[in-house]
Amino acid sequence: MADESTQLLLRDLTPLVLGAMIRRYRDFASCEDAVQEALVAAAGSWPARGIPHNPRAWLMTVATRRLTDQVRAETARRLREQLVVSLIPPEEQIALAVGHNDRDDTLDLYFMCCHPALTPASQIALTLRAVGGLTTLEIARAFLVPEATMAQRLSRAKQTIRDAGASFSDPTRDEQLARLGHVLRVLYLIFNEGYTASEGADLVRVDLSTEAIRVTRMLEQLLPDEPEVKGLLALMLLTDARRAARTGPSGELVPLDEQDRTCWDRAMIDDGTRLLHEALSSGAGSAYVVQAAIAALHDEAPSTEKTDWPQIVELYGVLLRTADNPMVRLSQAIAIGMAEGPHAGLAALEPLAGDRRIAESHRLDAARAHLLERAGDHEAAIAHYRRAAQRTTNTPERDYLLLHAARLAELVCQ
Amino acid sequence: MKYMLMMNTPKGPYQIASWPKQDIEAHIGFMMGFAKKLTASGELVAAEGLSAPDQAKVVRAGEKGEPITDGVFPETKEFLAGYWIVDVESPERAYAIAAEASAAPGPGGEPLRLPIEVRQVMAGPAKDWTPCT
Repeated sequence: MADESTQLLLRDLTPLVLGAMIRRYRDFASCEDAVQEALVAAAGSWPARGIPHNPRAWLMTVATRRLTDQVRAETARRLREQLVVSLIPPEEQIALAVGHNDRDDTLDLYFMCCHPALTPASQIALTLRAVGGLTTLEIARAFLVPEATMAQRLSRAKQTIRDAGASFSDPTRDEQLARLGHVLRVLYLIFNEGYTASEGADLVRVDLSTEAIRVTRMLEQLLPDEPEVKGLLALMLLTDARRAARTGPSGELVPLDEQDRTCWDRAMIDDGTRLLHEALSSGAGSAYVVQAAIAALHDEAPSTEKTDWPQIVELYGVLLRTADNPMVRLSQAIAIGMAEGPHAGLAALEPLAGDRRIAESHRLDAARAHLLERAGDHEAAIAHYRRAAQRTTNTPERDYLLLHAARLAELVCQ
Repeated sequence: MKYMLMMNTPKGPYQIASWPKQDIEAHIGFMMGFAKKLTASGELVAAEGLSAPDQAKVVRAGEKGEPITDGVFPETKEFLAGYWIVDVESPERAYAIAAEASAAPGPGGEPLRLPIEVRQVMAGPAKDWTPCT
């Protein structure tokens, strides 16, 4: 079994090797299989024999050989017609590959994995596998599904890409921006999955938030002039910096106002803030940049009371001007409650009760409960905390809401 | 052999919502410790808690196989609140685990003694099994 540094090296090399393979041989599915086999071979032989002088060329050679084997196999008749090029000896193919534009190949790989023909669940799985270099088992464990289920999801995804006829191409600037939007959304989903599902200390689970940050950072290095990418990376760093303070000793949720801010990761905050300023200086204010700016205001504040709530209310307003999103409106109402008092916050929540997209959500009850508690109406607050607990499907969140209601109920009795 | 241990709860909102804070804490602490213990002993296969039954639906296939959903039937007295699947050496061990779950603390720290239904999970045939022999 390869040690951690070898694993990480292999994962860093995965998109480079796969990108170059697809550029040359076109078929995503067979290239991906071949690269996976090469990675397994490397994990088996490198720890004993040492890392080769040129690890990337080594992987390319082995992957190309595997692809050639596949093509020669009787069952791959259809592929053979497409892949005549594979009959060139692998050594010569390597020579051809060197010097090609790696940056574009890797970028195209991101675009392909996040192809709009795929479902979000497939985009996520494929990105983690092809760009992130995770194994099927690791991805399956991260999402708590059986390995066979994840293997099926991946192979269907590859089939969909084949059917859609997706290939590496030279997109126009507008096409690239549209595709980039899909990629950023997928990376954001991966990050959120890790952020919200981080219950339990399961050591065999890959940390999805850390993985999302790694893959987004690679993207940022490929596209250093794209403010949206910087904004997303900044948002992830500024959010993940609070991770250690976010849960208590037995995995219970600790809300922002009760977190020990000395546990926040200062280096991560500095890194996120730097990226945010770079994104802002280019003048762009995309949704990710604005969300990062809100996260930065929390991270900078020494306490909830000293947080710049009026500024946060403003920034939520900016987000609402791009899209009318009830979740954003809810967050803004909470911020209004902090800036102008709980009654103003409750008034801001009012219109949401008639919004079908959120009226039945536990979040609306939780926000109302919190504001009612601060306004001194404990009876009503208890009822809404309990309703929220009844409706949430997240266990730590339910526990938090139940305990909050019980604590208030004790106050009322006294 | 694998067993599914099903914990049932009376109809209506989960009772835990009306317990005192320290009892809720004790109950949550017990459940977390229970899962950890079963994981450490290598017996836990899966465990899931289900969301509250008031959102539950009963689904049947219609004429053309389309889903026909219905609210929860009023005569249903008990609902599945959650389950554990354990892989154990004997049925007795499954019963012992079920008894431990049943004794989860309730109001005042008293054991709840909720009924836990224990069912063996069907296994596939052994590898050398053939229907002709």
